[in-house]
This record gives sequence, structure tokens and C-alpha cells, in this order.
Amino acid sequence: MSGFVNTLLFGIYPYVALVVLILGTVLRYDRDQYSWRSGSSQLLRRKQLVWGSVLFHVGVLVIFAGHFVGLLTPIAVFEALGVSHEAKQLLAVIAGGIAGVMGIAGASLLVHRRLFDARVRSNSSTSDTLIIILLWIQLALGLSTIPVSLQHLDGEEMVRFMSWAQGIFTFHGDAASHVAHVSPIFKAHLLLGMTILLLFPFTRLVHMLSAPVRYLWRPGYQVVRERNHRAAPVRLPAGE
Amino acid sequence: MSHLLNRLNFLAKKNTGTFSDGHGVTTTENRDWEDAYRKRWQHDKIVRSTHGVNCTGSCSWKIYVKGGIVTWETQQTDYPRTRPDLPNHEPRGCARGASYSWYMYSANRVKHPLIRSRLLKLWRKERAVKTPIGAWEAIQTDPAKRAAYTSIRGHGGFVRASWDEVNEIIAAANAWTAKTYGPDRVIGFSPIPAMSMVSYAAGSRYLSLLGGTCMSFYDWYCDLPPASPMTWGEQTDVPESADWYNAGFLILWGSNVPQTRTPDAHFYTEARYKGAKSVVVSPDYSEAAKFSDIWLHPKQGTDAALAMAMGHVVLREFHLDRQAEYFEDYCRRYTDMPMLVKLVKKNGHFVPDRLLRASDFKGALGEKNNPEWKTVAIDGKTKKPVTPAGSVGFRWGEQGKWNLESKDGKGRDVELDMSFVLDGEHDEVASVAFPYFGNREHDHFQGTDHQSVLLRSVPARKLKLAEGDTLVATVFDLFVANYGLDRGFNDATCATSYDDNVPYTPAWAEKITGVPRDHIITVAREFARNAEKTNGRSMVILGAGLNHWYHMDMNYRGIINLLVMCGCVGQSGGGWSHYVGQEKLRPQTGWLPLAFGLDWSRPPRQMNSTSFFYAHTDQWRYETLTVDEILSPTAPEGPWDGTLIDYNIRAERMGWLPSAPQLKTNPLAVAKAAAEAGQEAKDYVAARLKAGDLEMSCEDPDDPANWPRNMFVWRSNLLGSSGKGHEYFLKHLLGTQNGLMGKDLGEEGRQRAREAKWHDEAPEGKLDLLVTLDFRMSTTCVYSDIVLPTATWYEKNDLNTSDMHPFIHPLSSAADPAWEARSDWEIFKGIARKFSDVAPEILGVEKDVVLVPIQHDTPAEMAQPFDVKDWKTGAVEPMPGKTMPAVAVVERDYPNLYKRFTALGPLMDKLGNGGKGISWNTEHEVEALGKLNGVVTEDGPTKGRPRIESDIDATEVILMLAPETNGEVAVKAWEALSKNTGRDHTHLAVPKEDEKIRFRDVVAQPRKIISSPTWSGLESEKVCYNACYTNVHELIPWRTITGRQQLYQDHLWMRAFGEAFCVYRPPIDTKTVNPMIEEKSAGKKSVVLNFITPHQKWGIHSTYSDNLLMLTLNRGGPVVWISEEDARTAGLVDNDWVEVFNTNGAIVARAVVSQRMKQGTIYMYHAQEKIVNTPGSQLTQQRGGIHNSVTRAITKPTHMIGGYVQQSYGFNYYGTVGANRDEFVVVHKLEKVDWMEDPLDETVTPKEAAE
Repeated sequence: MSGFVNTLLFGIYPYVALVVLILGTVLRYDRDQYSWRSGSSQLLRRKQLVWGSVLFHVGVLVIFAGHFVGLLTPIAVFEALGVSHEAKQLLAVIAGGIAGVMGIAGASLLVHRRLFDARVRSNSSTSDTLIIILLWIQLALGLSTIPVSLQHLDGEEMVRFMSWAQGIFTFHGDAASHVAHVSPIFKAHLLLGMTILLLFPFTRLVHMLSAPVRYLWRPGYQVVRERNHRAAPVRLPAGE
Repeated sequence: MSHLLNRLNFLAKKNTGTFSDGHGVTTTENRDWEDAYRKRWQHDKIVRSTHGVNCTGSCSWKIYVKGGIVTWETQQTDYPRTRPDLPNHEPRGCARGASYSWYMYSANRVKHPLIRSRLLKLWRKERAVKTPIGAWEAIQTDPAKRAAYTSIRGHGGFVRASWDEVNEIIAAANAWTAKTYGPDRVIGFSPIPAMSMVSYAAGSRYLSLLGGTCMSFYDWYCDLPPASPMTWGEQTDVPESADWYNAGFLILWGSNVPQTRTPDAHFYTEARYKGAKSVVVSPDYSEAAKFSDIWLHPKQGTDAALAMAMGHVVLREFHLDRQAEYFEDYCRRYTDMPMLVKLVKKNGHFVPDRLLRASDFKGALGEKNNPEWKTVAIDGKTKKPVTPAGSVGFRWGEQGKWNLESKDGKGRDVELDMSFVLDGEHDEVASVAFPYFGNREHDHFQGTDHQSVLLRSVPARKLKLAEGDTLVATVFDLFVANYGLDRGFNDATCATSYDDNVPYTPAWAEKITGVPRDHIITVAREFARNAEKTNGRSMVILGAGLNHWYHMDMNYRGIINLLVMCGCVGQSGGGWSHYVGQEKLRPQTGWLPLAFGLDWSRPPRQMNSTSFFYAHTDQWRYETLTVDEILSPTAPEGPWDGTLIDYNIRAERMGWLPSAPQLKTNPLAVAKAAAEAGQEAKDYVAARLKAGDLEMSCEDPDDPANWPRNMFVWRSNLLGSSGKGHEYFLKHLLGTQNGLMGKDLGEEGRQRAREAKWHDEAPEGKLDLLVTLDFRMSTTCVYSDIVLPTATWYEKNDLNTSDMHPFIHPLSSAADPAWEARSDWEIFKGIARKFSDVAPEILGVEKDVVLVPIQHDTPAEMAQPFDVKDWKTGAVEPMPGKTMPAVAVVERDYPNLYKRFTALGPLMDKLGNGGKGISWNTEHEVEALGKLNGVVTEDGPTKGRPRIESDIDATEVILMLAPETNGEVAVKAWEALSKNTGRDHTHLAVPKEDEKIRFRDVVAQPRKIISSPTWSGLESEKVCYNACYTNVHELIPWRTITGRQQLYQDHLWMRAFGEAFCVYRPPIDTKTVNPMIEEKSAGKKSVVLNFITPHQKWGIHSTYSDNLLMLTLNRGGPVVWISEEDARTAGLVDNDWVEVFNTNGAIVARAVVSQRMKQGTIYMYHAQEKIVNTPGSQLTQQRGGIHNSVTRAITKPTHMIGGYVQQSYGFNYYGTVGANRDEFVVVHKLEKVDWMEDPLDETVTPKEAAE
């Protein structure tokens, strides 16, 4: 891969994806709140959903947390904590492997259901179908990196990705160079990951920002919203 | 401002307080999201419309429109005020109406013109090289091509086509059929014009200009109570629901007001609050039952026995033992009770014969005009026979004496004698024979063992007649004897006590009906007592529960007798309230010219549907009821042979009933032949019929020359709802797969018809083309060849009226018809335009010979005064309009049909307008219409005539011409009637002379109609609308033979079939169950039940049950209701799938097991579409049918009578009715639920599969 292409894909494309992710999400949240939903098809068919959805969500959440912590925690922190690269690499392979298998098993059920259940299929938008397929591929790519990783149990490869990710967020112009020579599988995995971030605002994935976790600690069962004293226009029902 | 920024409030205090011990919190969150709910109820406009379904509601609704889409509807509350002391009409409307807008954008909406793909392929192939008519001919003359699409009707295969293309196919089919077979082979079925008058008129105007046949509905639906024309000479006239409030005693008899008359039910509640007593008669614990003080639950179908026993009590206590003054005066003046009846000797005793006429006397009692139609009574002062004024003989041929003043034909005051019971008034006590039918065997109805002929003593007088001394008796004396009341003649067969087991005592009725005798006595006594104290404010609300039985006349006449003997009919708060079908087309006389093209040509072709479908769906070939089962033991001598269809054929030949098609020969050809022979058409037809070269179609309904060929169905669900004998329709009329399991008479080797020609092979698939107009994909649409998408009730302009209230309502367009839909008016206009383009290839200006039966309310109704003579037997010459149908020649201008359709024709100016026997000049209204609608400016035959371009133009024609909506016409109409009666009635309309209601007026607010002589009630500041009110208070005669309420029916056939007086007749045995039990239900737990089809709670009136909202409230598909006991017998639990079947076919439904049900009955609510959630039947291998899959229409000879004053034909007025409640079914559990989701396998016929 030439330096130009490498820079374009891993130095510039990350910013494009992140900008679309952030601006797109903000705009959608502001302009089109009715579209902000998980689009559950549970009412149409429960079959395959319970197993598929639970496996998929547990797997993906673990993986997401692992990637987030693993990639964005500064290397100095790990060193200060005394976590060796080897141990971290091993943890990533084992925990990620288990979660990945759960995730892809769940995703397989979900893909099958979405494509082959007539009722669900006819109620699916293109984006619904596309995103679950992409996630399945991404999980498959992620799992297929494990053999590669097992050849680098020293964690050196992982450090490259950490440097790259942290370089992107700290605006190091040469961040792309960290991943210039990694295995093509990793590159594909990275590219697809960024693409998913890019597509995020246009799909049902936005529901992860509204997951009702707050219910776990919010006080009061009954919520009464006060009249907004500052709101100037008095709103009356139209019509009569 | 920004949802995101609003959420960025991590530092602000969000929770401002708590309550309920911290379980609740108050927050300051943004509340903009609440606008979503406000917007839900925001709208751009509100439009007034209503629901044009066969529902008497006629409720005013607000239709809300938002962004061009109808979003929801609510009840309007701006009805004009009522009088002080009378509750308001509003709010009117029910949950079913409120669910209607669901249809408009539902998946079930018909969105584009649809056509059977095989037909379209054939058409396009032929059309590529032929003219439209040539293409249609090529398809029809090739049996294989025709069968390719007719044999798969009902099995899908629709594709979209353009309006232009389907119109061309329809036009070509109509033109080719008119040319090849005759225009009367083009048939149209549409019911209840009152529900959307212009939509009805669109199709009927097209058909009438073409020469096609318009089919009746009221008789076919069995909503017509033939007892009404028999008694009053009136199709049906009833009090408005507000009049219930004036009643002191209300009986609800076979009518479930809260469920089926929901918008009116509040008057019932209010009447109860006011103090009215109420009795509900219903076999099941209906919603109405809980309103009652006393709930009577007789065995279903035995209501006549109950009514007769009540009459027995009232006669005993208020007429015999004590004469209530009000009752006696009422009966003397307003009923036929004083009239004299001849008694003739038969088998050693006397039998009541016909009413005595002036012509029976030498010198005809001085009457020169129509003496054979003037009935005779005895004047109490002179004790001499007189001819009381008001009988039908006074109605025609002279003026000024047709009224109910107590005078005779010479103008002398008279007071008629009702009885000869006093010593010295009778010459002898005659032993008179009355028929008794309650002893006939029936597997499921309890009878008694009395003799078939009951001999009872009747005081009689000897009169000197032209034929010699003859014994006569009054109707009253015979009437009382019929009720089995002893008059002091020590008559062993009459009752002296209510406990005697003699027909018709309460003790006897207890045996038949199961109602305790003390309940019968209490109800009868209190009903009459209230009527005596209030001058007739006792009312009976009665309905389909009584009217759908084969012997409905007896149920009805039993109740009518009760009302008449208590002086209730024609009094505010009293009378007979039959609310079955939305029959009251208030502006009728304004609508008739528009609807039947009377402005261009008269007469139109009209047909009674029951006889038509009986013949053309070949139900007659399976007839199980024989004539001797219903013939009276006292029948006069006569050839009472043959089968039921033979009586219908005789009736058609004698001009009693209409025919469709009429003649085996094309009527266009008959006209030509007559012209070539140099004869008038009527002479030609009479001579050729007699010679036998011309044949009436009715004599051979299965000959291809006599088949109906093209059929339009609009505003109707004929095949999903009203088609009695559904499987017969499928088999013979449509020629498609069906679930018929019975064998025809040929296969069974039973008695066959004498008059109808028998073909060993019955035809299958008589129709070439079935076209249905609808906005939803109904069962009828599924079976059609072409489906045209029509506007919904919120997408067109039209008019709507009801018998339940006096207002005229609009349907108005809230949104344009969605997708490719068009209003009915535009659709038929489009077909007419195409027809005028296509037809000139084979049709020009043609002469058409039209046969017309002898019509009620015309002088011809006096055609056959005494005997019944059929010209075919040679007993009499065929004389058009007298002994056979009248023959008219009508000019059809086929190339200009479209122009005629869209302009008001010249006959209105020339012949005037009118109805019910009177007519008036209407030139002024035609002129006003020309100014309002504009006149045609294009050259041609319609130049200068008022335009009828749009649906609103059409409404204006109705409103302008009708006396009910144009005060000026009302005054003219009353003037015309005043000439007949010799009394001035114009005071009823003069105060409203300047009132002219326009379409925009009714859109602004419903308007109350103006009193008119078309109807027998008044709209005024003083009274609510009540039927027969003007007969009683204005002394306008009833349109019967005596001019009075006719309790004695003296026509030969009435006497022959034992119904001269009201008697109890048990339901008939349809013989459809026993052959099936052995064969199809062997070894299974099953139960045999009486099949009853009431109106439901979860369907929009009787027609629409596929509405998702209503399906959700019920069980989401077809259900039947059965009692807990019957469920146990058949081993069923609630919600089981069951098969309900007999020889007619099979139904599959879920069982609702309910304590409400009476043991022995099964309810299946009307019109549960087989297109929703209906699995297949194991027995028929077809999808489970509709409620009419287990029924078959059975006609009754007494309903065929014609040429006899009140028993003369009128469209939707008299004729055979489609009774269906005597039917029994077998019910067992459905073993396997098969949804039949595989494609149709055409190679397997269902019968083979079943075997």
C-alpha cells in the first residue's frame, strides 16, 4: 500500500468518519427525533430474537468496552499499573475471542431472521439489513485476527494500534504510519470499523446513545414535568 | 431550540422537588415533545358527512382532514332543535361509524381498476385486431375462452388496468348483450337508495337509459314486511325514533335497539326515565332485555302464537266483555272490521269468502263507477247495506269521495255496524271453518293436537244479492271467532276462559311458546289499558327477529292486530315501528326521475330480486318445500298443484310480478317484428304469446337465451352478505367452485315443476360479466370479473335520509377520491360516455318492448277483482295490463345515451311529476334547475336542457323536484291529493311554501324535511313523525281495497294458503339437515340447531365486518354463538373451531359459548366476510362460507299476488321475500384447521377432493 493511500485511509478517513459520526448524530437528534429508535421487530416475530439479540448484545458490549479501553488508554497508564503487553494481549485474545464468538453467533441468528423471515424482511429498511450484515462481517474479521495475534503474543502489534488510535485523537499528523505495515486483515477490520462509525447516525445504532440505563438509579417512579416558566410562547391546541 | 443543548444541563438542578415520600419527582425537563400529542388532534378542516351503509342511523359526522388526509371522525352536535319537552336528537353515531375512516387508507382499499388477468389477456389479444364489440363477441362465442375466466371466479388473479380500457370492455359487453339477447339481460343490483341517493341513481340511470334491469333489495333482504302492504297499502312507514318518547308503553319485539339502533337508543332510555313501561320479547338475553320491566323469551319463531294470545286477551276484556269507547270508535272508522264478507258452503260448513262488493247487488247499490271495487257494510241506523266512502273504487274514475269521513258513496252520514252478535241482528249463527296449522309435525317445534279445521260459530245475516240470498258476516265477527273467543253461542271449540286449551288462548300459547300464561295476560292487559287511557300511545318496536321467518306475515299481522284493536296506529307515541333496512328515501318523488331516467323514457325495467335469484341461481331446482305443506285445509277449489316456481311463473304471466329477462326473444327484435306486422306492440305481444311464438323467459330460466348476461353490483356486498343461497350463486350464476352439498330434484327423483322447463344438466356460469364497484375488496369483489374503485363516503357528494329521524343529510367530499378511485356518479358517467362511443357500431335509435306488471297506486291496480284466471290455460284472453303484464314501447337513443345521462329530459315538462297515485305539474322546477345547474349549450338532443354534470348537480335535481325539500312542490302535491279526497290538505305545507332546501344548506346543517303526501306522517311543531298519522287525522284513506286498515285479506290465494286472517303457523321444514347427519357427521358429537342471523355489534351495520378496529374488539374472524347446553352436547368449549353445515353448504367459525343464548339456536352475525381469518371446511374442501352458505331462499305464493289493489306490484313494495330463519344446521367440531394457502389446483374439482 502506497504511503498516500495509507495516509488517506488511516490518517484522513478517521477524521471524516468521526466528523460524520458526531455532526450526523447531533443533527439527527435535533431534527428528526421520531426516527431515533431501536426499530425492534420483536412484535413481528419473537422467534430467534431472544437468543440472537441477547448473545449479540452481550458479546458486542464486551468487545466494545475492550476496544475502547484497550485502544484509548495511554500506554503510560498500563505501564504505571504494571500490566505487561503480553498479559494485555492474552486478555484481549481470550476475552475478545469469547465475546466475539457470542456476538457472531447472535448476529448470525439475527441476520438469518432478518433475511429469511418474510414478515421481518418486508418491514426492514435497507439500512436495517445493511448494518447487521456489516456488523456480522466486522465480527468475523475481528475473530479472524486472532490467529494473527497469536503470532505476536508479545503485544507489539497491539501497541501499534494503540499508538495509531491515540495519535488520531491527539492530532498527530503521522498517526497512519503506525499501522502502515500491519496485516491486511487488521487493516480491513479498521476500515470497516471506521465505516460503521460513519454510518452510525444513519442507522438504528443511535439507540445505543439512548439506552435507558438511567432508569437503574433515577429517583421516583412518577415524573411530573413542571410548567416551563421561561418559555415565552403560550401553546394552545390548534383547531377551534 | 436544540434538543441536544437542552440535554446539556448537567450542572442545572433538574429535579425541583419530590412528592409521595420520594416516589415522585418534579422536573424542569423540556416539554416540547408534548406538541406531538397536540399535533395529533390538529386538523386543517372539518367536513360534514355520514355513513352510506344500510343502517338507519343517518348520523351527522364531523370528518377531520389534515394534510389532505382524512384522519378521524366525531359525532356532529348541531341538529336543529326539537320542541320543548322533547329530548334532542344528538349525539347520533356509534363506535362502528367512528371506525369507518380506517377503510380509506387500509390495505383493503380498492385503489385501481382491477380485472381478471385471463379476461384481460383474451381481450387484448382480440382487441388488437377487432373492434371493441367484435372482441367481446369473439370471447363470448368461444366456450373455452369464456370458461377460462368464469371458472376461476373467487380465486384471485386480478391485475390493474386503466379506466379507459375497463370502461371499453364494459361498454362493449353491454352493447353486444343488448344487441344479441336484449338490453334486459343487463342487470344491476344496488340496495337502499336512501343511504346514498346519487350513487344509486348513477347506476340505475345508466341502466334505465340502456333498457337494463334494476333489481329490488328490500324484499330480497327480507326487510320488507309484506304485512305492511297487505294491511295499509304502504311499503313501510314508521314513527321516527323521537316518537318513542311519546309512548306510554313500549314493547320491543325481536328488535335489539341498543345494539342495532345505537344512535336512537337514547330515546328509549329517556322514555324509560319519563315513566314509560317496557316489555322486551327476545329469545336470547339481548342488550335490549336489560331495559325491560318484563322480559318474555318465547321459543324462536313462535311470536305469532304469543301475539294471537295477547289479542285474545285484549278482545275479551276491551271489545267483548266491555267495549272500550275509544277502541270501538277507532275500529269502526279506521279498519275493515265493519265490512261484509260472503260466507260460502264447503264440506257442510261455511268458509269466509271474499269481501262483498256493490256489484254483488242488483243495481250495484246505485254505484256506477267501479262497483266491483266498492266494499259494503251495514249502516247502523237504517240497517241497510251501504258503500262506505274511501274504498278503492272511489279512488279512481271519480273525485272527492276517496276519504274516511263517516259517509257513504251518496254523501249520506252513516255509522257502520261492526257486529251482528245481538239478538235480532243476525239471521242465523253459522258454523264457519278456520284453518289450524299448529298441529303440523316439526322435529324442533312443539305443536298441539287440535283439528286442522276449527269450526266456530259466527253471527251472520242473509242478504239478497244478484246471485240470490247469501249469508254474510262482518269482518269483526269473523275476526273474533278466529281468535277462538266464545260469544255466548255455547261454542265447544271456543274459549270461555284463558286456561282453556283452545287456539288462541294464553294457556294454548304457553304450550307453543313456553311463555307463562300470566305473563301473556299481564302484558296484553297493561298494553291495552295504557292505550285506552292515552288514546293509543302504546307502541311495538319490531324487527328482523320476526320478519326473517318464512311465515313473517303471521308474526307481523298478529302484532298489527293487537295495535289496531287498541287504536294505536296513526297516533303519536303509538303504532308499529318496524326498523329493518333504511327504507325511507324521503325526497323519493324528486329522486325517481333522476334514478330511473323517467325524464327521458318511461317505464323503466324493474325486477323483484327474490324471484330473480330464485330462478337464476337455480335454487328452485332444489326446492324441498311442497305446496301441500303450506296449503290451507279450507282452500277453495283450485289447481293447487305444481311447485313454488310454478306459482311465480303464473304470477309473472298474469301481470302480478315483474320478469327479468322478460321475453325469450330480444325485445328490440320484438318491436321491429310488431312494426313489420303493422300491429301495435301490445296487440302483437298478446297475440304471439297466446299463439306460443313468443315465450316469457320465466318459463325456462335455464335456457341460454334467458340467462342474465351482464351484472353490475354497486354499494352492495351481494356475495358476501345478502345473497341467500350463496353456494347456489357460486355454482349456477357464476359457475365457479362451490360448497353445495345437496342434490337437485332431478337427481333426487322428486316432484318437478310443471310450468318451468326442466333441463337435466343445470347451467353453470350464466353471467358473462360481473362488474362490482366498491372501495374495499369485499367478498363480492373477489368473485367479480372487473372491480372498479369507488369513492368512500368521505370522498363524494350525496344525500342520505332515514326513517329514524326527519332530517336530510349530505355526504360531502372531505378529500378527493384516493388513488384512482372515482365517485359512483363519475364511474357510470364514464361508462355511459364509452358506451355512446362504442355502441353505434351495432345500435342506433331503437324501439324496445317493455313488459310492466300491474302497478300499485295506478288505476290498473283494479285489474282482477274476483277470480284468478291464467290466460295460458285458456280461461281468459291475454289482455295487456289486465290479465297479463302491460306492454309499452320505449325509444332508446343509444348513440346519445351519454348526453341523456347528463341532462334532465323533456318528459318532466310534458308529463309532470308525482308518486303514489297523484301527480302535479313541475315545469317551474325544471326551469329553476336550468338556472341553477345551467343548461346544455352543445348541439344535440339535449340542447337547452338543465345540466346534470356533477354529483352536486344531481343532488339539486332531487332537492328541487321533491315536495319534501321544496315547499312549493309540497303545496302542489297536497293540492293534487285534495282533489282526490275532496278535503283540503294544503294547510300542512302552506307555511313552508317558500322553503327550498339546497345542497349547500344541508352541508351547513341537517334540515328537517317538509310534510308531503308521499308519506303518511307529518313534520310539524306539534307532533313527531308517526306513520299513518294523516290517515287518522286528515282522513286520507289507506291505499287498500276498503281504504281502511285491512285485517281481512280476501284474495283467493290468501284464502287458499290460509292467511285470510292471522293464524299461528310453525316454521317450515326445510329438510336440509337430516340427509347430512348420517352422511357427514356419523360417529361425531354434533348438535342440530336453528340458524339465526341477527345484526352484529362488531360490524358496520349489516355489511362491513372486515374493519380491523372492529375485528380487534371481537375475535378477529367469523364466530357463531351457541348456548352452554348445546356446546356440551356437541363436546365444544368456547373458541373451538366448528363446522356449521347442511345440504346448502358449510361454514367454518369459532364458537362463542354463552349463557345469553337460548338452547336450540345458533347465532351467526350477518356478513362476516370469508376473506378474513376463515379456514377451509373439511366437508366442502372450500374455504368456509359466509352466513348465507347454509341458507336457500324459499318463496311464498301469497307474496306473488298482484293486480289486486294493495296486493299489486310495486318496486321494493311487494313481492317474494328472501326468508331464511327456518333453516337448521348441524354443528360439530372442526378436526383440522386448514388455511388453504396453496395455489389453486384447477385440475381437482372440489367434489372429487371431498370424496
